[in-house]
Amino acid sequence: MTYIAKPKFHHPGLKKNELGYTHRDYEGKISTLCAGCGHDSITASIIEACYELSIEPHRVAKISGIGCSSKTPDYFLGNSHGFNSVHGRMPSVLTGANLANRDLIYLGVSGDGDSASIGFGQFAHSIRRAVNMTYIVENNGVYGLTKGQFSATADRGSKSKKGVTNTDNAIDLVAIALQLGATFVARSFSGDKTQLVPLIAAAIRHKGASFIDVISPCIAFNNHAGSTKSFDYVREHNDAVNRLDVLVGREPISVDYAPGTVQVVEQHDGSRLALRKLDADYDPHDRLGAQTFLQKHAAKGQIVTGLLYVDPDAEDLHTHLDTVETPLNTMDEQALCPGSAVLDKINASLR
Amino acid sequence: MKPTDISAPDYFHKVVDCQWACPAHTPVPEYIRLIAEGRYSDAYMINWKSNVFPGILGRTCDRPCEPACRRGRVEDTPVAICRLKRVAADFKDDIKDRLPKPGPKNGKRIALVGGGPASLSVARDLVPLGYHCTVFDGDPKAGGMMRSQIPKFRLPDSVIDEETDYILNLGVEFKGGQRVDSLKQLMAENYDAIFVGSGAPRGRELDIPGRKEAAANIHIGIEWLSNVSFGHVDKIGRRVIVLGGGNTAMDCCRTARRLGGESVKVIVRSGFEEMKASPWEKEDALHEDIPILNFMVPVAFKHVAGKLIGVTFQKVKAEYDAKGRRNLVPSGEPDETVSCDDVLVAVGQENAFPWIEADCGIEFDKWHMPKVDPKTFVSTNPKVFFGGDAAFGPKNIIWAVAHGHDAALSIHRMLSGEDITERPLPEVHVSSQKMGIHEWSYDNDISADKRFKVPHRDKVIALKDIRAEVELGYDLKLALGEAQRCLNCDVQTVFAAPLCIECDACVDICPMDCITFTENGEEDDVRQRLKAPSPHHDQALYVSGDLKTGRVMVKDEDVCLHCGLCAERCPTGAWDMQKYLIDMVQAGSTCQSKARSAA
Repeated sequence: MTYIAKPKFHHPGLKKNELGYTHRDYEGKISTLCAGCGHDSITASIIEACYELSIEPHRVAKISGIGCSSKTPDYFLGNSHGFNSVHGRMPSVLTGANLANRDLIYLGVSGDGDSASIGFGQFAHSIRRAVNMTYIVENNGVYGLTKGQFSATADRGSKSKKGVTNTDNAIDLVAIALQLGATFVARSFSGDKTQLVPLIAAAIRHKGASFIDVISPCIAFNNHAGSTKSFDYVREHNDAVNRLDVLVGREPISVDYAPGTVQVVEQHDGSRLALRKLDADYDPHDRLGAQTFLQKHAAKGQIVTGLLYVDPDAEDLHTHLDTVETPLNTMDEQALCPGSAVLDKINASLR
Repeated sequence: MKPTDISAPDYFHKVVDCQWACPAHTPVPEYIRLIAEGRYSDAYMINWKSNVFPGILGRTCDRPCEPACRRGRVEDTPVAICRLKRVAADFKDDIKDRLPKPGPKNGKRIALVGGGPASLSVARDLVPLGYHCTVFDGDPKAGGMMRSQIPKFRLPDSVIDEETDYILNLGVEFKGGQRVDSLKQLMAENYDAIFVGSGAPRGRELDIPGRKEAAANIHIGIEWLSNVSFGHVDKIGRRVIVLGGGNTAMDCCRTARRLGGESVKVIVRSGFEEMKASPWEKEDALHEDIPILNFMVPVAFKHVAGKLIGVTFQKVKAEYDAKGRRNLVPSGEPDETVSCDDVLVAVGQENAFPWIEADCGIEFDKWHMPKVDPKTFVSTNPKVFFGGDAAFGPKNIIWAVAHGHDAALSIHRMLSGEDITERPLPEVHVSSQKMGIHEWSYDNDISADKRFKVPHRDKVIALKDIRAEVELGYDLKLALGEAQRCLNCDVQTVFAAPLCIECDACVDICPMDCITFTENGEEDDVRQRLKAPSPHHDQALYVSGDLKTGRVMVKDEDVCLHCGLCAERCPTGAWDMQKYLIDMVQAGSTCQSKARSAA
């Protein structure tokens, strides 16, 4: 905990993005999480990604549930819209907001308790409905706010800080997201910003349900020997399948990649993802292959990270529902509620 | 890059930019914190130990510390270090009991030529050790140029009296009104050592046509100031031209304004920006309605019947050659004559040693300056030392004080039978400031305030009385506000690599993007890979040993606010905030065994 405000001074040589903002302009309040919390690094990565994409802060809605992770939207994008909702209910609040105003960028910030336990159903349905959002789970494998009980993502056989072994099977949110049809699925690690920042940027640019599982060590309750979500364990068992660079606009792909090692994925909005392959056999367009790959490596105790699956031609909920382009919240009453005559007509068409 | 050796005394000293820039290495942040705590006497004594004349310097110092101040790299203006020094002097209690007592006499006699800041600093360091110091000065009272050349409206006599008395009352023998006219004679009196601190007493001449004919109305700046100071001159003509762009010129023009000069102009050869005068002194002159005209070279004094009527100037412009050197070349505009009643010539000062005979064993160089060792201040005669303006030409009071400390140390070592080229290492104290998880024994909440202005006396009143001090000094409220602007650069960020788990918490919280975890490499390469650009290569990179992932921690010291947030957010205590105090060695410092060569 830090009680003083972060000084407003910034490095005089900080670069500015297209909007004239420095990355400091994307900060929020000072974090009240424990010193060293992985969540703070995810916060910093979100700030960096939004800065790099030159996102106007008022175009972002950040929505969260309850938990350490769900506190973090207070620490980034201080000039954006925010809603700290009920435990596990971030996905439905986000879905509602998205339906009302399709023009905003939606950041759903959740944790392993919020998404894999109390909000598991909510998580599942927002993914399968293809809500256009970036859903980030800050996954530390424990309930940090209540002193470190195992969460549903804790690996079977891992040890608690007090030495108790977890006997329950773990929920792998990435595997579930793949199965439920998420069109952008990634896993990363709070201690590896060079991997995480471009993933967040790519997810924001992706139209459809983007899901990122970020392993984020809990310094207070889950960073000991025997934990599978500690800094040391994740660093030792991290199997990154690729590295990502996000290219916005038409600039050529920088030349320092060895030929044949880069795969370029063009997304709907024109942004391009340059994927440097680290594992030659891994294909991020093969949903089924990804699932098998994940499970094989999980069985070996490896944590697969990187962009695991992307469908560049994805569609979102608005496309499926064939809603109008104009956000509902900007329409007048007459348009939204055209009267009983229109209702009768609709009812008649359904008879 | 190799891991930084933070145990080298100079490493952290350089991070305290103000202290490093101060010739006397005054522990600036330490005394500013004491001012913030209301401990003015303690703040004063810290200054007194380092720079001997806090009240005088708090009004007149050239402040090399302020351009160095880190705050100036973070926002527009540095901390008003100089004027905070004055606060310590203005608000202290009686500190006489805290001054050193003269030690038992050791039987050694030192003669000091000139009663200015250099000699007085030497005497202050040596008298408590038992030396008998005799100071000779042509003026009746001690102070030298501080008393004779600095106008009273900038530095009142009472301040000079107080601070010279602190030294004289230690038991210095002061022989006022006794100008030393022969070094040979002085040497014949068998002093154990002689220190020459006679300043640069001669004003440079301006030998252009009309100088002799109009001599009655052409005055040499420092002589004229001295005459004003001692009451020999109390008026000047209505229209005055001051020639020269240094601080003496600024003192001349402002003095002239108070002695009847209604239309006073400063006219300089160079451009306004390149003038030697400190920016704040130029500001003060402009504030008193004194225009500064630039790029005008005086070519002749105009006179009618022995009476000065004006000065003719050639107009010039600046041209720069391939090496970037500036040349003033005629601009082609017609010459301009500015009419006036009096001229003050303040175009520089020179040393003059007519009283040093050729056979004293003191060699002079081709510029007629004595050959003086820049570290030990000894001349070619091993018993004669030089310091202040007498050693290396006109500088400022703070340099004279620094020279005095070093010369005193040399004299003490010589007379103790030690090698004067060996200079003892300074004593360094480093101590953690941690009081709790997020609590420090210094105020780490960074103030966003802009520099506070020092209140000035109303101009109309100030211009009427030549002895009325213009600057009124900070009151306590302003002083506290200004003190809070100090970034506490002496509270150092100390990193312990073995404790680091590379969680990035420090990187994420650092408001200045100072910290980077990256692969090691050569310095030029590493500087390219930092989180924020590092344009100041004179500012050190603090590099750790190898971490678990094989990377290193690199911290660019350049714009660190010393806010301690890295240490507050560090879960393992790998970062700590530790106060670094360096005790510069003066004559009589206890720990003098560990030595480093002066070469």
